[in-house]
Amino acid sequence: MPIDLQAVCEIIERHGYQKASLIGILQDIQEEMNHLPRKALVQVGKSLDLPLTHIYEVATFYKAFSLEPRGKHTIQVCLGTACHVRGGSRVLDYLENRLEVKPGETTKDLSFTLESVNCLGACALGPMMVIDKKYYGKINTNKIESILEKYRSK
Amino acid sequence: MNHRIKSISDLRKLRQSLRKSRDGNKPCITICAGTGCLATGASEVVERFKQEILKRHLEEKIDIRASGCHGFCERGPLVVIRPERVCYMNVEATDVSQILTETVLEGKVIDRLLYQDPLTREKITHEENIPFYKFQQRVVFGSNGEIDPTRIDDYIAVGGYQGLEKVLSEKTPEEVIETIKQSGLRGRGGGGFPTGAKWESCRKAKGKEKFVICNADEGDPGAYMDRSLLEGNPHRVIEGMLIGAYAIGSEEGYVYVRNEYPLAVANLSRAIDQAKEYGLLGKNILGSGLTFTVKISRGGGAFVCGESTALMASLEGKVGEPRAKYIHTVEHGLWDQPSNLNNVETWANVPMIIHRGVAWYTSIGTEGSKGTKIFSLVGKINNTGLVEVPMGITLRQIVYDIGGGIPGNKRFKAIQTGGPSGGCIPETLLDLPIDFDRLQEAGSMMGSGGMIVMDEDNCMVDMARYFVRFLQEESCGKCSPCREGLQQMGEILNRICEGNGREGDIKLLQDLSRVMMDTSLCGLGLTAPNPVLSTLRYFREEYEAHIRDKKCPAKYCKGLISLSIDPEKCTGCGACFKICPVDAIAGEKKKTHQLDEEKCVKCRACYEACKFDAIMIS
Repeated sequence: MPIDLQAVCEIIERHGYQKASLIGILQDIQEEMNHLPRKALVQVGKSLDLPLTHIYEVATFYKAFSLEPRGKHTIQVCLGTACHVRGGSRVLDYLENRLEVKPGETTKDLSFTLESVNCLGACALGPMMVIDKKYYGKINTNKIESILEKYRSK
Repeated sequence: MNHRIKSISDLRKLRQSLRKSRDGNKPCITICAGTGCLATGASEVVERFKQEILKRHLEEKIDIRASGCHGFCERGPLVVIRPERVCYMNVEATDVSQILTETVLEGKVIDRLLYQDPLTREKITHEENIPFYKFQQRVVFGSNGEIDPTRIDDYIAVGGYQGLEKVLSEKTPEEVIETIKQSGLRGRGGGGFPTGAKWESCRKAKGKEKFVICNADEGDPGAYMDRSLLEGNPHRVIEGMLIGAYAIGSEEGYVYVRNEYPLAVANLSRAIDQAKEYGLLGKNILGSGLTFTVKISRGGGAFVCGESTALMASLEGKVGEPRAKYIHTVEHGLWDQPSNLNNVETWANVPMIIHRGVAWYTSIGTEGSKGTKIFSLVGKINNTGLVEVPMGITLRQIVYDIGGGIPGNKRFKAIQTGGPSGGCIPETLLDLPIDFDRLQEAGSMMGSGGMIVMDEDNCMVDMARYFVRFLQEESCGKCSPCREGLQQMGEILNRICEGNGREGDIKLLQDLSRVMMDTSLCGLGLTAPNPVLSTLRYFREEYEAHIRDKKCPAKYCKGLISLSIDPEKCTGCGACFKICPVDAIAGEKKKTHQLDEEKCVKCRACYEACKFDAIMIS
């Protein structure tokens, strides 16, 4: 996929070329491109006058960033304590087996990326799963299949 | 148009005129639009109300307000009809027309949408009579229902920015600090450090400039009060920071908020813009000469960034690694300048202490812990949600009076407080009055206020493993005791849960804990053994059952259970067969199914799917 460096430059400009805004810049690039392509990171380094190693240090430290292309849909399974005691890890187990991926991985057909997250702050609705920012509360293995079906065709 | 408010008297005039325009008797439909209710369809309910009101030409007669979180997330979407405060739960868009016709216009109550007490089966009409609310004292959180967080006028009308008025017109910065010290306010983020003393050190510290920071990196799993405060009442946090900035002598503030909280980020950004427009942020605020700006910084999803020094490193655009504590951030913090960091709930307490006074504030709470605390009461509990209670209330009151007990006639086992640094408190300590010091004595801590209730089906060894695994992932790796210690603890707990525990493992866990508590660099490592130690202290017999008898008393741990099908109960409906993700179940329709133990991954999908209780766990 060709990388739109123009978009990267616009994001950096919006943050006023501030080195302190590096995390915000990377967040916006990821939002735009769904992961952090190397070429984009090289551009960030040039524009902010930061060594590439520093950018990789930050990009690999924070959980929110992905250096690999991600699936069309992102499934986040909440493993916060409240979801855990209500069976959140079983939901994750089930999805791992169903989609044949581990958390952090993307299915071969690039349709789903499976992630586990530590608390989405909607604890009353646990166990909780989020697909592309849509919240599904009080889920169990029985409900997952029909939810996934909605996204398979999209 | 220029909305800038030039002086304190102009702000007072504006408040008066806003109050006059708010007719207390006019019906107002308040719909909770916090994240919990939005997840269950609140935005559709809001839209439908708007459409119906327009369609029926009722705009002049009825107000509608999409407010922040009301707390009772379990029963969302919540709708409260004022002035009577009729409270409806689990409202759907299809209920809207009936609510408008019957309740708002004709004053009739719709029975089926009311709260029903799970024990007495009694229906309750008004919000304040529902046990969940009745036993709370909602001084910080209560105004969420009164305001639309996207409208600064709503906040001003209910008395917002009066604390700021008071400090600017009556108090010197030193007097403000003295007031906060006298109030006994302690940091709500976990440590419980006295807020006034922190402000004083920061004021006295020397530096080119000073920073005021709001920690909204609410990372403790199971806690979401800060999110709901920022979403539902962002101006209250801004006002608290303004008062702090005046007292400390800072002109620049930051809010470090989790990127997982998009609505909080949106509402806070809008609130900052509105405050700027009104001249409540910027230069020469209310003509007083005070200058203060607030910027938002979104976190990158690292738990350790809730630690103050790691948070400041992250604000500078670096990796969030903590540093040694002997250099105090109040002297050398962000960009090496004096910096004062408090969490969202702490800041939200400040305006009220100034406005209502020390005598009022100190009348709430216990000797060593004043005021209220917001807890997120979650897990295996009937009434899940956010509860604000005076310090000193007992756990039993929270779990049974407010929380309505444990669902499904299950037995209470433990309550976990304090996040991954906290501990599990057993049934024998349910009458413990909750404050900073009592919780610590019981081997747990206040933390940011997560309270996760566990019942007989939860395995305590698994809970310890859960927290260790959580911290293992989140440890930044800078110091060895935390990095290696958690790794080893994780391995030991894993083997215990899988049925391979050895004699001596408990002693090994205790030894590792001691080293980590003595030698780790930051709070994460220092407190990481707490979940292990507290479960060992109160639930040692569960560890021993895993290790010696190779049994999980809660029938939870995968390595110690097996699933099978009860041929007496199986009807051959095929539900388990269809749901099994690994094809471990075989059988023909209407004939007893068989479960292949070799293939089974013990995910319990079949157990949940079976309507005839034919799946047995042993």
